[in-house]
Amino acid sequence: MFSYDFMQYAFLASTLIAITTGIVGVFVVARNLSFLAHTLSEIGFAGAAFAVFLNIQPLWGMLLFTLLGSVGVGGLSLKTDQKESSISAISAFFIGLGILFLSISGSTSRYATSILFGSIIGVDFDGVMQLVILSIIVLLIIAIFYRKLTFTSFDTIGAQAHRLPTGIISLIFLIILAMSVSIGSQIVGSLLVFILLTLPASSAKYLGKTVPKMMMWSVGIALVGVWLGLWLGYMTNLPVTFFISLIEVIIYLIVYLYHLKNA
Amino acid sequence: MTEIIKAKDLGMSFGDQDVFENVNFTIEKGSKTAILGENGSGKTTLIRIIMNTLYPKSGWLMICDKENGPCKIGYVPQFRDIDHDFPLSIRSFVELGAPMFKNAEYKARVAEVLDKTELTEIADYRLGRASGGQKQRAYLAQALLDNPDLIILDEATASLDPVAKETLLSLLDRLNETEKLTIVFTTHDIELARAHMNEYIFFANGTATTGSMKDFDLGVHHV
Ligand SMILES: Nc1ncnc2c1ncn2[C@@H]1O[C@H](COP(=O)(O)OP(=O)(O)O)[C@@H](O)[C@H]1O
Ligand SMILES: [Mg+2]
Repeated sequence: MFSYDFMQYAFLASTLIAITTGIVGVFVVARNLSFLAHTLSEIGFAGAAFAVFLNIQPLWGMLLFTLLGSVGVGGLSLKTDQKESSISAISAFFIGLGILFLSISGSTSRYATSILFGSIIGVDFDGVMQLVILSIIVLLIIAIFYRKLTFTSFDTIGAQAHRLPTGIISLIFLIILAMSVSIGSQIVGSLLVFILLTLPASSAKYLGKTVPKMMMWSVGIALVGVWLGLWLGYMTNLPVTFFISLIEVIIYLIVYLYHLKNA
Repeated sequence: MTEIIKAKDLGMSFGDQDVFENVNFTIEKGSKTAILGENGSGKTTLIRIIMNTLYPKSGWLMICDKENGPCKIGYVPQFRDIDHDFPLSIRSFVELGAPMFKNAEYKARVAEVLDKTELTEIADYRLGRASGGQKQRAYLAQALLDNPDLIILDEATASLDPVAKETLLSLLDRLNETEKLTIVFTTHDIELARAHMNEYIFFANGTATTGSMKDFDLGVHHV
């Protein structure tokens, strides 16, 4: 299957996506922010549609929207008590906005489908290079703030007691989350990118005794999903995203049931 | 003796609800002080003022200085929010709290506080499955990482059985003796405080009284 250029690019891109989302997902799950990853996916969709409307690359629109969105929604959700309802209102608004942008830009439904559901043929050499750069930025930020990020994510109250600037560290986290949503949307699509940001890490949370081990499990599980998903998609001509979500859900269920049995 | 904390005419309120006023006390270096008082009397509020996460409405609070900055305070908060589905070991939990150390110091420092809190043997157990007393010791270990001069524990024995309470307090007694660690400990357990602490700050009726723990008499204080 690697005799096709686009499959090589897709393989490279999904490997980067799995590494980034797998690691960032550990913080998402530790901070109990799965709903935020979900909302940002929808905001990302609107951003991509906005980019289509402006006739620029969807990735840039996504980055713009998710960055603004994560700081806005994240800041809001850290403060207000009415998390759920305000967040679903925001999601609804952005999905509507995305649909509007797509419709006034007169773009074909194929374009909308590939933004929403992902596409393996959408990534070319330039696309892979963009993903490489973005992933490196995300991983670098994590490396620089690694211990502070883990402390504030796994033990917020302890971090406050140690007088860590938890607000600033949360902001840094929201920025890398936004970038990961944009990165992850490239192959799996914006509708389901939250799966890669939540399920591998949710499985990993039952498996690793230390934070680095949890990250290894999470990345490993994400990689199994995207690699196997790509291969199955290639073999069957069915959507890759379908296989990726199926695989991640199955792994999660197995790990969770195993955890229940041993709890 | 030198003072580590001194409070003068401290007052605090939230909106129009007064918590306390005219609170005066000193905490001496090397002492063991119990903060006593019923639920809602202002114990945690005072600690948050000491930790500088709340600002008093009136009065002032002095924290001692050393050659290189103010004295360090370690803090074990009353409530913790940890997802015990994560199979974090006690050691990796304590490690979380060491972001300020260089890599070389890091492991050694963690090993040292695990040793001080007598957790070395069970350091690889899951924190989520540890007993209440072991958890409190893990929180204490984390708070000791920065080598504080003073450690504040907020209701650390509230949910512990008598044996675990005794174990934790004896450990604090030893740290006080061997490391000259100053201890501030909130509780409503007067007998426990009497057995292990030497000073008290007692919150009641919107203010606080202070004195030596051996003279503390609830009958006199209760109105
Ligand atoms: N952030 C806050 N906002 C409003 N009221 C508060 C706040 N924190 C504490 N209080 C009130 O201040 C009083 C003292 O609380 P606290 O110091 O937590 O008591 P204790 O620790 O002695 O049980 C209580 O009546 C409590 O409801
Ligand atoms: Mg309290």
